[in-house]
Amino acid sequence: MAWHIIALQQLINGLALGSVYALIALGYTMVYGIIRLINFAHGDIYMLGAYFGFYAITMLKLPLVPAMIVSMAAAAVVGVLLERIAYKPLRNSSRIAVLITAIGASLLLQSTAQLVFGASFKPFPQAMAFRRIQLGPVFMTNRQLLIFGVAVLLMVILHVIVQYTKLGKAMRAVSMDKEAALLMGINVDRIISATFAIGSALAAAAGILVGMYYNRIDPYMGMMPGLKAFVAAVLGGIGVVPGAVLGGLLMGVAENMVVTLGSSTLRDAVAFAILIVVLLFRPNGLLGKKGIEKV
Amino acid sequence: MTILAVENLTVHYGVIQALKGISFDVQEGEIFTLLGSNGAGKTTTLRALSGLLPKTTGKVTFDGKDITTTPSYILPSLGLGHVPEGRRIFAELSVADNLLLGAYHRKDKQAIKEDMQAVYDLFPRLAERRKQYAGSLSGGEQQMLAMGRGLMSRPRVLLLDEPSMGLAPILVQEIFEFISEINKRGTTILLVEQNAHLALKISHKACVLETGRIAMSGTASEVAADQRIQQVYLGAD
Ligand SMILES: Nc1ncnc2c1ncn2[C@@H]1O[C@H](COP(=O)(O)OP(=O)(O)OP(=O)(O)O)[C@@H](O)[C@H]1O
Ligand SMILES: [Mg+2]
Repeated sequence: MAWHIIALQQLINGLALGSVYALIALGYTMVYGIIRLINFAHGDIYMLGAYFGFYAITMLKLPLVPAMIVSMAAAAVVGVLLERIAYKPLRNSSRIAVLITAIGASLLLQSTAQLVFGASFKPFPQAMAFRRIQLGPVFMTNRQLLIFGVAVLLMVILHVIVQYTKLGKAMRAVSMDKEAALLMGINVDRIISATFAIGSALAAAAGILVGMYYNRIDPYMGMMPGLKAFVAAVLGGIGVVPGAVLGGLLMGVAENMVVTLGSSTLRDAVAFAILIVVLLFRPNGLLGKKGIEKV
Repeated sequence: MTILAVENLTVHYGVIQALKGISFDVQEGEIFTLLGSNGAGKTTTLRALSGLLPKTTGKVTFDGKDITTTPSYILPSLGLGHVPEGRRIFAELSVADNLLLGAYHRKDKQAIKEDMQAVYDLFPRLAERRKQYAGSLSGGEQQMLAMGRGLMSRPRVLLLDEPSMGLAPILVQEIFEFISEINKRGTTILLVEQNAHLALKISHKACVLETGRIAMSGTASEVAADQRIQQVYLGAD
Protein backbone atom coordinates (compact mmCIF):
# COMPACT_ATOMS: atom_id res chain seq x y z
CA MET A 1 0.00 0.00 0.00
CA ALA A 2 1.15 3.49 -0.72
CA TRP A 3 2.28 5.39 2.31
CA HIS A 4 -0.38 8.06 2.02
CA ILE A 5 -3.15 5.48 2.10
CA ILE A 6 -1.63 3.98 5.20
CA ALA A 7 -1.44 7.44 6.70
CA LEU A 8 -5.07 8.07 5.84
CA GLN A 9 -6.05 4.75 7.38
CA GLN A 10 -4.14 5.59 10.54
CA LEU A 11 -5.77 8.99 10.61
CA ILE A 12 -9.16 7.27 10.76
CA ASN A 13 -7.97 4.88 13.45
CA GLY A 14 -6.46 7.81 15.28
CA LEU A 15 -9.60 9.88 15.19
CA ALA A 16 -11.62 7.03 16.68
CA LEU A 17 -9.17 6.51 19.51
CA GLY A 18 -8.66 10.25 19.87
CA SER A 19 -12.35 10.92 20.30
CA VAL A 20 -12.25 8.63 23.34
CA TYR A 21 -9.31 10.55 24.76
CA ALA A 22 -11.27 13.72 24.08
CA LEU A 23 -14.29 12.45 26.03
CA ILE A 24 -12.11 11.69 29.03
CA ALA A 25 -10.09 14.89 28.66
CA LEU A 26 -13.30 16.93 28.84
CA GLY A 27 -13.86 15.76 32.41
CA TYR A 28 -10.34 16.76 33.45
CA THR A 29 -10.61 20.13 31.86
CA MET A 30 -14.10 20.98 33.13
CA VAL A 31 -13.21 20.08 36.69
CA TYR A 32 -9.94 21.97 36.43
CA GLY A 33 -11.75 24.95 34.96
CA ILE A 34 -14.18 25.12 37.84
CA ILE A 35 -12.09 24.29 40.92
CA ARG A 36 -8.50 24.24 39.63
CA LEU A 37 -8.17 20.60 40.61
CA ILE A 38 -6.55 17.80 38.65
CA ASN A 39 -8.88 14.94 39.40
CA PHE A 40 -6.46 12.06 39.18
CA ALA A 41 -9.26 9.62 39.95
CA HIS A 42 -10.97 10.56 36.70
CA GLY A 43 -9.41 7.66 34.77
CA ASP A 44 -10.85 5.30 37.37
CA ILE A 45 -14.32 6.72 36.88
CA TYR A 46 -13.83 5.81 33.24
CA MET A 47 -12.91 2.28 34.34
CA LEU A 48 -15.97 2.10 36.60
CA GLY A 49 -18.10 3.28 33.69
CA ALA A 50 -16.86 0.33 31.63
CA TYR A 51 -17.78 -2.08 34.43
CA PHE A 52 -21.17 -0.48 35.00
CA GLY A 53 -21.81 -0.90 31.29
CA PHE A 54 -20.59 -4.49 31.42
CA TYR A 55 -23.01 -5.40 34.20
CA ALA A 56 -25.86 -3.43 32.68
CA ILE A 57 -25.48 -5.51 29.53
CA THR A 58 -24.73 -8.92 31.07
CA MET A 59 -26.83 -8.85 34.23
CA LEU A 60 -29.59 -6.36 33.51
CA LYS A 61 -29.69 -7.60 29.88
CA LEU A 62 -29.96 -4.08 28.60
CA PRO A 63 -29.22 -3.17 24.98
CA LEU A 64 -26.19 -1.00 24.36
CA VAL A 65 -27.73 2.46 24.46
CA PRO A 66 -29.79 2.03 27.65
CA ALA A 67 -26.78 0.30 29.23
CA MET A 68 -24.67 3.28 28.37
CA ILE A 69 -27.20 5.66 29.90
CA VAL A 70 -27.39 3.60 33.10
CA SER A 71 -23.61 3.49 33.31
CA MET A 72 -23.28 7.22 32.73
CA ALA A 73 -25.82 7.94 35.45
CA ALA A 74 -24.10 5.60 37.91
CA ALA A 75 -20.68 7.09 37.14
CA ALA A 76 -22.13 10.57 37.62
CA VAL A 77 -23.24 9.56 41.12
CA VAL A 78 -19.77 8.19 41.92
CA GLY A 79 -18.19 11.39 40.60
CA VAL A 80 -20.43 13.58 42.74
CA LEU A 81 -19.78 11.45 45.85
CA LEU A 82 -16.05 11.57 45.16
CA GLU A 83 -16.14 15.36 45.11
CA ARG A 84 -18.36 15.64 48.18
CA ILE A 85 -16.41 13.17 50.29
CA ALA A 86 -12.81 13.58 49.14
CA TYR A 87 -12.39 17.01 47.58
CA LYS A 88 -14.94 19.37 49.07
CA PRO A 89 -13.53 19.25 52.62
CA LEU A 90 -10.16 20.27 51.17
CA ARG A 91 -11.35 23.19 49.09
CA ASN A 92 -9.25 25.67 51.04
CA SER A 93 -6.31 23.37 51.64
CA SER A 94 -2.92 23.43 49.98
CA ARG A 95 -2.66 22.08 46.46
CA ILE A 96 -0.33 19.32 47.44
CA ALA A 97 -2.85 18.00 49.98
CA VAL A 98 -5.55 17.94 47.33
CA LEU A 99 -3.24 16.30 44.81
CA ILE A 100 -2.32 13.55 47.25
CA THR A 101 -6.00 13.04 48.04
CA ALA A 102 -6.78 12.71 44.34
CA ILE A 103 -4.07 10.08 43.90
CA GLY A 104 -5.35 8.30 47.00
CA ALA A 105 -8.90 8.36 45.64
CA SER A 106 -7.62 6.86 42.39
CA LEU A 107 -5.89 4.00 44.19
CA LEU A 108 -8.95 3.45 46.35
CA LEU A 109 -11.24 3.15 43.34
CA GLN A 110 -8.81 0.77 41.64
CA SER A 111 -8.45 -1.56 44.59
CA THR A 112 -12.16 -1.46 45.33
CA ALA A 113 -12.83 -2.40 41.71
CA GLN A 114 -10.32 -5.22 41.96
CA LEU A 115 -12.02 -6.48 45.10
CA VAL A 116 -15.55 -6.25 43.75
CA PHE A 117 -15.08 -7.10 40.09
CA GLY A 118 -12.00 -9.34 40.32
CA ALA A 119 -8.45 -8.62 39.23
CA SER A 120 -8.50 -10.45 35.91
CA PHE A 121 -9.90 -8.93 32.79
CA LYS A 122 -13.42 -9.53 31.56
CA PRO A 123 -14.37 -9.88 27.90
CA PHE A 124 -16.73 -7.06 27.02
CA PRO A 125 -19.93 -8.30 25.40
CA GLN A 126 -20.14 -7.26 21.78
CA ALA A 127 -23.31 -5.37 21.06
CA MET A 128 -22.88 -5.76 17.33
CA ALA A 129 -21.20 -7.99 14.81
CA PHE A 130 -17.89 -6.80 13.44
CA ARG A 131 -18.17 -5.11 10.05
CA ARG A 132 -15.89 -3.11 7.80
CA ILE A 133 -17.13 -0.07 6.02
CA GLN A 134 -15.10 0.61 2.91
CA LEU A 135 -14.36 4.27 2.26
CA GLY A 136 -12.50 4.29 -1.04
CA PRO A 137 -9.02 2.92 -0.45
CA VAL A 138 -9.41 2.91 3.33
CA PHE A 139 -11.97 1.46 5.70
CA MET A 140 -13.56 2.08 9.03
CA THR A 141 -14.94 -0.62 11.27
CA ASN A 142 -18.48 -0.24 12.52
CA ARG A 143 -17.06 -0.08 16.06
CA GLN A 144 -14.88 2.85 15.14
CA LEU A 145 -17.86 4.53 13.58
CA LEU A 146 -19.87 3.92 16.74
CA ILE A 147 -17.10 5.29 18.94
CA PHE A 148 -16.64 8.34 16.79
CA GLY A 149 -20.38 8.91 16.39
CA VAL A 150 -21.20 8.58 20.08
CA ALA A 151 -18.25 10.75 21.06
CA VAL A 152 -19.21 13.50 18.64
CA LEU A 153 -22.85 13.34 19.71
CA LEU A 154 -21.91 13.67 23.38
CA MET A 155 -19.55 16.54 22.62
CA VAL A 156 -22.27 18.36 20.72
CA ILE A 157 -24.66 17.88 23.64
CA LEU A 158 -22.00 19.14 26.04
CA HIS A 159 -21.34 22.14 23.84
CA VAL A 160 -25.02 23.05 23.81
CA ILE A 161 -25.24 22.68 27.59
CA VAL A 162 -22.15 24.77 28.29
CA GLN A 163 -22.89 27.51 25.77
CA TYR A 164 -26.64 27.92 25.79
CA THR A 165 -28.26 26.64 28.97
CA LYS A 166 -28.64 28.36 32.29
CA LEU A 167 -26.62 25.57 33.89
CA GLY A 168 -23.81 26.05 31.37
CA LYS A 169 -23.71 29.79 31.89
CA ALA A 170 -23.64 29.26 35.63
CA MET A 171 -20.78 26.78 35.20
CA ARG A 172 -18.78 29.30 33.24
CA ALA A 173 -19.58 32.04 35.74
CA VAL A 174 -18.41 29.85 38.62
CA SER A 175 -15.19 29.02 36.77
CA MET A 176 -14.51 32.74 36.30
CA ASP A 177 -15.41 34.11 39.73
CA LYS A 178 -16.95 32.02 42.49
CA GLU A 179 -17.77 34.91 44.80
CA ALA A 180 -19.43 36.93 42.09
CA ALA A 181 -21.39 33.79 41.17
CA LEU A 182 -22.58 33.46 44.77
CA LEU A 183 -23.73 37.07 44.70
CA MET A 184 -25.82 36.22 41.62
CA GLY A 185 -27.61 33.61 43.68
CA ILE A 186 -25.80 30.67 42.12
CA ASN A 187 -25.43 27.70 44.45
CA VAL A 188 -21.76 27.15 43.70
CA ASP A 189 -21.55 23.77 45.43
CA ARG A 190 -24.35 22.46 43.29
CA ILE A 191 -22.69 23.70 40.11
CA ILE A 192 -19.46 21.98 41.12
CA SER A 193 -21.40 18.76 41.68
CA ALA A 194 -23.01 19.12 38.28
CA THR A 195 -19.58 19.54 36.71
CA PHE A 196 -18.32 16.33 38.29
CA ALA A 197 -21.50 14.56 37.24
CA ILE A 198 -21.17 15.61 33.60
CA GLY A 199 -17.44 14.88 33.41
CA SER A 200 -17.92 11.47 35.01
CA ALA A 201 -20.78 10.58 32.68
CA LEU A 202 -18.63 11.39 29.65
CA ALA A 203 -15.80 9.27 31.04
CA ALA A 204 -18.21 6.37 31.60
CA ALA A 205 -19.35 6.54 28.00
CA ALA A 206 -15.71 6.48 26.92
CA GLY A 207 -15.12 3.45 29.15
CA ILE A 208 -17.86 1.47 27.46
CA LEU A 209 -16.72 2.47 23.98
CA VAL A 210 -13.17 1.38 24.72
CA GLY A 211 -14.39 -1.81 26.33
CA MET A 212 -16.16 -2.63 23.11
CA TYR A 213 -13.23 -1.55 20.97
CA TYR A 214 -10.57 -3.62 22.71
CA ASN A 215 -13.01 -6.28 23.82
CA ARG A 216 -11.78 -6.37 27.39
CA ILE A 217 -11.98 -4.42 30.62
CA ASP A 218 -9.94 -4.65 33.80
CA PRO A 219 -9.59 -2.63 37.03
CA TYR A 220 -6.42 -0.90 35.84
CA MET A 221 -7.65 0.01 32.38
CA GLY A 222 -8.11 3.63 33.51
CA MET A 223 -4.48 4.37 34.23
CA MET A 224 -2.93 4.82 30.78
CA PRO A 225 -5.94 6.37 28.99
CA GLY A 226 -6.51 8.55 32.06
CA LEU A 227 -2.96 9.79 31.92
CA LYS A 228 -3.09 10.33 28.17
CA ALA A 229 -6.38 12.17 28.38
CA PHE A 230 -4.89 14.35 31.08
CA VAL A 231 -1.99 15.08 28.75
CA ALA A 232 -4.53 15.79 26.00
CA ALA A 233 -6.29 18.29 28.25
CA VAL A 234 -3.03 20.05 29.07
CA LEU A 235 -2.01 19.93 25.43
CA GLY A 236 -5.21 21.66 24.36
CA GLY A 237 -5.05 24.13 27.24
CA ILE A 238 -6.42 22.88 30.52
CA GLY A 239 -9.66 24.53 31.55
CA VAL A 240 -10.56 25.22 27.91
CA VAL A 241 -13.30 22.92 26.64
CA PRO A 242 -12.48 22.96 22.88
CA GLY A 243 -8.85 22.43 23.86
CA ALA A 244 -9.68 19.05 25.37
CA VAL A 245 -11.32 17.93 22.13
CA LEU A 246 -8.42 19.13 20.00
CA GLY A 247 -5.83 17.66 22.37
CA GLY A 248 -7.62 14.31 22.48
CA LEU A 249 -7.90 13.99 18.72
CA LEU A 250 -4.28 15.02 18.19
CA MET A 251 -3.15 12.52 20.74
CA GLY A 252 -5.08 9.68 19.15
CA VAL A 253 -3.82 10.48 15.66
CA ALA A 254 -0.21 10.93 16.77
CA GLU A 255 -0.27 7.65 18.62
CA ASN A 256 -1.49 5.76 15.57
CA MET A 257 1.01 7.44 13.30
CA VAL A 258 3.84 6.36 15.55
CA VAL A 259 2.60 2.80 15.38
CA THR A 260 2.61 3.03 11.58
CA LEU A 261 6.15 4.33 11.59
CA GLY A 262 7.00 1.02 13.10
CA SER A 263 7.15 1.42 16.81
CA SER A 264 4.33 0.01 18.91
CA THR A 265 6.52 0.15 21.95
CA LEU A 266 6.84 3.91 21.62
CA ARG A 267 3.13 4.55 21.33
CA ASP A 268 2.70 5.35 24.99
CA ALA A 269 5.77 7.55 25.06
CA VAL A 270 4.65 9.68 22.16
CA ALA A 271 1.93 11.38 24.19
CA PHE A 272 4.43 12.72 26.63
CA ALA A 273 6.93 13.68 23.97
CA ILE A 274 4.29 15.79 22.21
CA LEU A 275 3.32 17.35 25.49
CA ILE A 276 6.86 18.42 26.28
CA VAL A 277 7.38 19.91 22.84
CA VAL A 278 4.07 21.79 22.80
CA LEU A 279 4.48 23.18 26.29
CA LEU A 280 7.94 24.39 25.34
CA PHE A 281 6.42 26.65 22.71
CA ARG A 282 2.97 27.22 24.15
CA PRO A 283 3.13 26.94 27.93
CA ASN A 284 -0.64 27.31 28.26
CA GLY A 285 -1.46 24.65 25.68
CA LEU A 286 -2.69 25.01 22.12
CA LEU A 287 -5.91 26.87 22.89
CA GLY A 288 -4.96 27.88 26.42
CA LYS A 289 -5.42 31.31 27.84
CA LYS A 290 -2.64 33.30 29.36
CA GLY A 291 -2.38 33.49 33.09
CA ILE A 292 -4.13 30.25 34.01
CA GLU A 293 -2.04 28.79 36.77
CA LYS A 294 -0.67 25.29 36.67
CA VAL A 295 -0.39 22.81 39.48
CA MET B 1 -39.50 51.12 58.30
CA THR B 2 -36.14 49.51 58.97
CA ILE B 3 -35.33 47.07 56.17
CA LEU B 4 -31.74 46.23 57.07
CA ALA B 5 -30.51 46.19 60.64
CA VAL B 6 -26.94 45.49 61.66
CA GLU B 7 -26.22 44.92 65.35
CA ASN B 8 -22.80 44.73 66.93
CA LEU B 9 -21.06 43.21 63.93
CA THR B 10 -17.48 42.07 64.42
CA VAL B 11 -15.32 40.42 61.80
CA HIS B 12 -11.80 39.02 62.05
CA TYR B 13 -9.17 38.24 59.45
CA GLY B 14 -7.21 35.65 61.38
CA VAL B 15 -6.34 37.40 64.62
CA ILE B 16 -6.83 40.88 63.19
CA GLN B 17 -10.14 42.45 64.06
CA ALA B 18 -11.34 44.39 61.03
CA LEU B 19 -14.78 45.32 62.41
CA LYS B 20 -15.01 46.11 66.08
CA GLY B 21 -18.74 45.92 66.71
CA ILE B 22 -20.68 48.17 64.38
CA SER B 23 -24.42 48.78 64.35
CA PHE B 24 -26.64 50.71 61.98
CA ASP B 25 -30.14 50.62 60.52
CA VAL B 26 -31.11 51.26 56.93
CA GLN B 27 -34.65 52.51 56.31
CA GLU B 28 -36.70 51.36 53.36
CA GLY B 29 -36.44 53.73 50.39
CA GLU B 30 -33.32 55.61 51.43
CA ILE B 31 -29.75 55.87 50.24
CA PHE B 32 -27.51 55.11 53.20
CA THR B 33 -23.83 55.84 52.69
CA LEU B 34 -20.91 54.28 54.47
CA LEU B 35 -17.89 56.57 54.32
CA GLY B 36 -14.36 55.97 55.45
CA SER B 37 -10.78 56.07 54.33
CA ASN B 38 -8.85 53.16 52.81
CA GLY B 39 -8.83 50.14 55.05
CA ALA B 40 -11.57 51.45 57.36
CA GLY B 41 -13.64 48.28 56.89
CA LYS B 42 -16.31 49.33 54.40
CA THR B 43 -15.86 46.41 52.04
CA THR B 44 -15.52 44.08 55.00
CA THR B 45 -18.92 45.28 56.23
CA LEU B 46 -20.66 44.61 52.92
CA ARG B 47 -18.97 41.25 52.45
CA ALA B 48 -19.97 40.18 55.94
CA LEU B 49 -23.57 41.25 55.29
CA SER B 50 -23.60 39.12 52.13
CA GLY B 51 -22.19 36.10 53.88
CA LEU B 52 -18.94 36.17 51.94
CA LEU B 53 -17.06 36.61 55.21
CA PRO B 54 -17.84 34.84 58.48
CA LYS B 55 -19.09 37.10 61.25
CA THR B 56 -17.42 36.67 64.63
CA THR B 57 -20.38 38.20 66.45
CA GLY B 58 -23.39 40.24 65.55
CA LYS B 59 -26.81 39.96 64.05
CA VAL B 60 -28.12 41.02 60.67
CA THR B 61 -31.84 41.38 60.08
CA PHE B 62 -33.24 41.89 56.62
CA ASP B 63 -36.91 42.68 56.22
CA GLY B 64 -37.58 41.27 59.69
CA LYS B 65 -35.76 38.01 58.94
CA ASP B 66 -32.54 36.99 60.66
CA ILE B 67 -30.00 36.51 57.85
CA THR B 68 -26.89 36.37 60.03
CA THR B 69 -25.95 32.90 58.85
CA THR B 70 -27.91 32.69 55.60
CA PRO B 71 -25.66 31.42 52.76
CA SER B 72 -24.71 34.08 50.20
CA TYR B 73 -26.49 32.45 47.30
CA ILE B 74 -29.87 32.60 49.08
CA LEU B 75 -29.77 36.36 49.64
CA PRO B 76 -30.65 37.54 46.13
CA SER B 77 -33.88 35.55 46.27
CA LEU B 78 -34.74 37.31 49.55
CA GLY B 79 -34.20 40.69 47.91
CA LEU B 80 -30.68 41.60 48.98
CA GLY B 81 -28.37 42.40 46.06
CA HIS B 82 -24.66 43.18 46.17
CA VAL B 83 -22.57 44.88 43.48
CA PRO B 84 -19.08 44.08 44.71
CA GLU B 85 -15.96 46.22 44.81
CA GLY B 86 -14.07 46.03 41.52
CA ARG B 87 -17.23 45.17 39.50
CA ARG B 88 -16.44 41.46 39.19
CA ILE B 89 -18.34 41.05 35.95
CA PHE B 90 -17.96 37.76 34.07
CA ALA B 91 -15.45 38.91 31.49
CA GLU B 92 -15.77 35.95 29.12
CA LEU B 93 -19.55 36.04 29.01
CA SER B 94 -21.57 38.41 26.87
CA VAL B 95 -23.19 41.51 28.31
CA ALA B 96 -26.60 39.86 27.91
CA ASP B 97 -25.48 36.67 29.68
CA ASN B 98 -24.08 38.70 32.56
CA LEU B 99 -27.48 40.34 32.95
CA LEU B 100 -29.27 37.00 32.70
CA LEU B 101 -27.13 35.58 35.48
CA GLY B 102 -28.14 38.53 37.61
CA ALA B 103 -31.67 37.10 37.45
CA TYR B 104 -30.44 33.59 38.26
CA HIS B 105 -32.94 32.83 41.02
CA ARG B 106 -35.92 34.07 39.02
CA LYS B 107 -38.21 31.89 36.94
CA ASP B 108 -40.46 34.58 35.44
CA LYS B 109 -38.98 34.56 31.94
CA GLN B 110 -41.19 37.28 30.52
CA ALA B 111 -40.53 39.67 33.39
CA ILE B 112 -36.79 38.96 33.14
CA LYS B 113 -36.92 40.04 29.51
CA GLU B 114 -38.72 43.23 30.46
CA ASP B 115 -36.22 43.95 33.21
CA MET B 116 -33.38 43.43 30.77
CA GLN B 117 -34.97 45.95 28.49
CA ALA B 118 -35.33 48.34 31.43
CA VAL B 119 -31.61 47.98 32.16
CA TYR B 120 -30.85 48.69 28.50
CA ASP B 121 -33.09 51.75 28.67
CA LEU B 122 -31.29 52.96 31.74
CA PHE B 123 -27.85 52.25 30.22
CA PRO B 124 -28.22 52.57 26.44
CA ARG B 125 -24.51 51.92 25.98
CA LEU B 126 -25.03 48.39 27.25
CA ALA B 127 -27.81 47.82 24.75
CA GLU B 128 -25.47 48.54 21.84
CA ARG B 129 -22.98 46.06 23.23
CA ARG B 130 -25.26 43.28 24.40
CA LYS B 131 -23.52 40.59 22.32
CA GLN B 132 -20.01 41.72 23.17
CA TYR B 133 -17.83 40.01 25.77
CA ALA B 134 -18.19 41.89 29.03
CA GLY B 135 -14.42 41.98 29.35
CA SER B 136 -14.20 44.15 26.24
CA LEU B 137 -16.23 46.97 27.82
CA SER B 138 -14.62 50.15 29.11
CA GLY B 139 -14.36 50.69 32.85
CA GLY B 140 -17.44 52.87 32.99
CA GLU B 141 -19.47 50.45 30.91
CA GLN B 142 -18.35 47.59 33.13
CA GLN B 143 -19.59 49.50 36.16
CA MET B 144 -22.94 50.05 34.45
CA LEU B 145 -23.07 46.35 33.65
CA ALA B 146 -22.26 45.45 37.24
CA MET B 147 -25.07 47.71 38.45
CA GLY B 148 -27.47 46.49 35.80
CA ARG B 149 -26.65 42.91 36.71
CA GLY B 150 -27.31 43.76 40.34
CA LEU B 151 -30.71 45.17 39.43
CA MET B 152 -31.71 42.05 37.51
CA SER B 153 -32.41 40.19 40.75
CA ARG B 154 -35.03 42.84 41.58
CA PRO B 155 -33.36 43.68 44.89
CA ARG B 156 -35.22 45.55 47.59
CA VAL B 157 -31.86 46.58 48.99
CA LEU B 158 -28.78 46.94 46.83
CA LEU B 159 -25.31 47.04 48.35
CA LEU B 160 -23.00 49.12 46.15
CA ASP B 161 -19.27 49.01 46.85
CA GLU B 162 -17.40 52.01 45.42
CA PRO B 163 -19.25 52.27 42.12
CA SER B 164 -17.21 55.34 41.14
CA MET B 165 -13.82 53.73 41.66
CA GLY B 166 -11.39 54.26 38.81
CA LEU B 167 -13.77 56.27 36.63
CA ALA B 168 -13.16 59.58 34.89
CA PRO B 169 -14.83 62.53 36.70
CA ILE B 170 -17.50 62.96 34.06
CA LEU B 171 -18.48 59.30 34.39
CA VAL B 172 -18.46 59.53 38.16
CA GLN B 173 -21.11 62.21 37.94
CA GLU B 174 -23.12 59.96 35.64
CA ILE B 175 -22.85 56.94 37.92
CA PHE B 176 -24.17 58.95 40.87
CA GLU B 177 -27.09 60.09 38.78
CA PHE B 178 -27.86 56.46 37.99
CA ILE B 179 -27.73 55.56 41.68
CA SER B 180 -30.16 58.34 42.45
CA GLU B 181 -32.42 57.17 39.65
CA ILE B 182 -32.36 53.54 40.81
CA ASN B 183 -33.26 54.73 44.30
CA LYS B 184 -36.12 56.87 43.03
CA ARG B 185 -37.52 53.80 41.30
CA GLY B 186 -37.85 52.17 44.69
CA THR B 187 -34.62 50.36 45.52
CA THR B 188 -33.08 51.01 48.91
CA ILE B 189 -29.33 51.53 48.62
CA LEU B 190 -26.46 50.93 50.98
CA LEU B 191 -23.61 52.76 49.31
CA VAL B 192 -19.92 52.56 50.11
CA GLU B 193 -17.93 55.46 48.72
CA GLN B 194 -14.65 57.31 48.94
CA ASN B 195 -16.12 60.16 46.99
CA ALA B 196 -17.79 61.66 50.05
CA HIS B 197 -18.82 64.86 48.40
CA LEU B 198 -20.96 63.35 45.68
CA ALA B 199 -22.16 60.50 47.86
CA LEU B 200 -23.48 62.81 50.57
CA LYS B 201 -25.24 64.88 47.95
CA ILE B 202 -27.47 62.03 46.86
CA SER B 203 -27.84 60.17 50.18
CA HIS B 204 -30.32 60.51 52.98
CA LYS B 205 -28.21 59.09 55.79
CA ALA B 206 -24.56 58.39 56.28
CA CYS B 207 -22.11 57.00 58.74
CA VAL B 208 -18.36 57.20 58.90
CA LEU B 209 -16.19 54.17 59.58
CA GLU B 210 -12.78 54.58 61.13
CA THR B 211 -10.62 51.49 61.61
CA GLY B 212 -13.53 49.19 62.17
CA ARG B 213 -15.67 51.48 64.30
CA ILE B 214 -18.44 53.89 63.51
CA ALA B 215 -17.03 57.32 64.21
CA MET B 216 -20.18 59.28 63.47
CA SER B 217 -23.56 58.89 61.87
CA GLY B 218 -26.60 60.96 61.05
CA THR B 219 -28.45 62.45 58.15
CA ALA B 220 -26.38 63.19 55.09
CA SER B 221 -26.51 66.91 55.74
CA GLU B 222 -25.48 66.47 59.38
CA VAL B 223 -22.49 64.42 58.36
CA ALA B 224 -21.62 66.84 55.57
CA ALA B 225 -21.74 69.75 58.01
CA ASP B 226 -19.42 68.13 60.55
CA GLN B 227 -16.15 69.99 60.71
CA ARG B 228 -13.90 66.98 61.07
CA ILE B 229 -15.65 65.25 58.20
CA GLN B 230 -15.19 68.33 56.10
CA GLN B 231 -11.49 68.32 56.82
CA VAL B 232 -10.81 64.64 56.33
CA TYR B 233 -13.25 63.59 53.62
CA LEU B 234 -14.48 66.67 51.87
CA GLY B 235 -11.14 68.35 51.34
CA ALA B 236 -12.06 71.59 53.10
CA ASP B 237 -9.40 73.38 55.10
N1 LIG C 1 -8.45 39.14 53.05
C1 LIG C 1 -7.92 39.90 54.03
N2 LIG C 1 -7.01 39.39 54.87
C2 LIG C 1 -6.48 40.15 55.86
N3 LIG C 1 -6.81 41.41 56.08
C3 LIG C 1 -7.71 41.98 55.27
C4 LIG C 1 -8.31 41.26 54.21
N4 LIG C 1 -9.18 42.06 53.55
C5 LIG C 1 -9.11 43.25 54.21
N5 LIG C 1 -8.25 43.20 55.24
C6 LIG C 1 -7.94 44.30 56.17
O1 LIG C 1 -9.14 44.70 56.80
C7 LIG C 1 -9.20 46.11 56.89
C8 LIG C 1 -10.47 46.62 56.24
O2 LIG C 1 -10.40 46.36 54.85
P1 LIG C 1 -11.57 46.74 53.85
O3 LIG C 1 -11.27 46.11 52.56
O4 LIG C 1 -12.86 46.42 54.48
O5 LIG C 1 -11.38 48.31 53.75
P2 LIG C 1 -12.20 49.37 52.90
O6 LIG C 1 -12.80 50.30 53.86
O7 LIG C 1 -13.12 48.70 51.98
O8 LIG C 1 -11.03 50.08 52.12
P3 LIG C 1 -10.97 50.62 50.60
O9 LIG C 1 -11.61 51.95 50.60
O10 LIG C 1 -9.51 50.72 50.33
O11 LIG C 1 -11.67 49.62 49.73
C9 LIG C 1 -7.93 46.62 56.25
O12 LIG C 1 -7.01 46.90 57.28
C10 LIG C 1 -7.44 45.49 55.41
O13 LIG C 1 -6.05 45.50 55.33
MG1 LIG D 1 -13.21 48.56 49.94
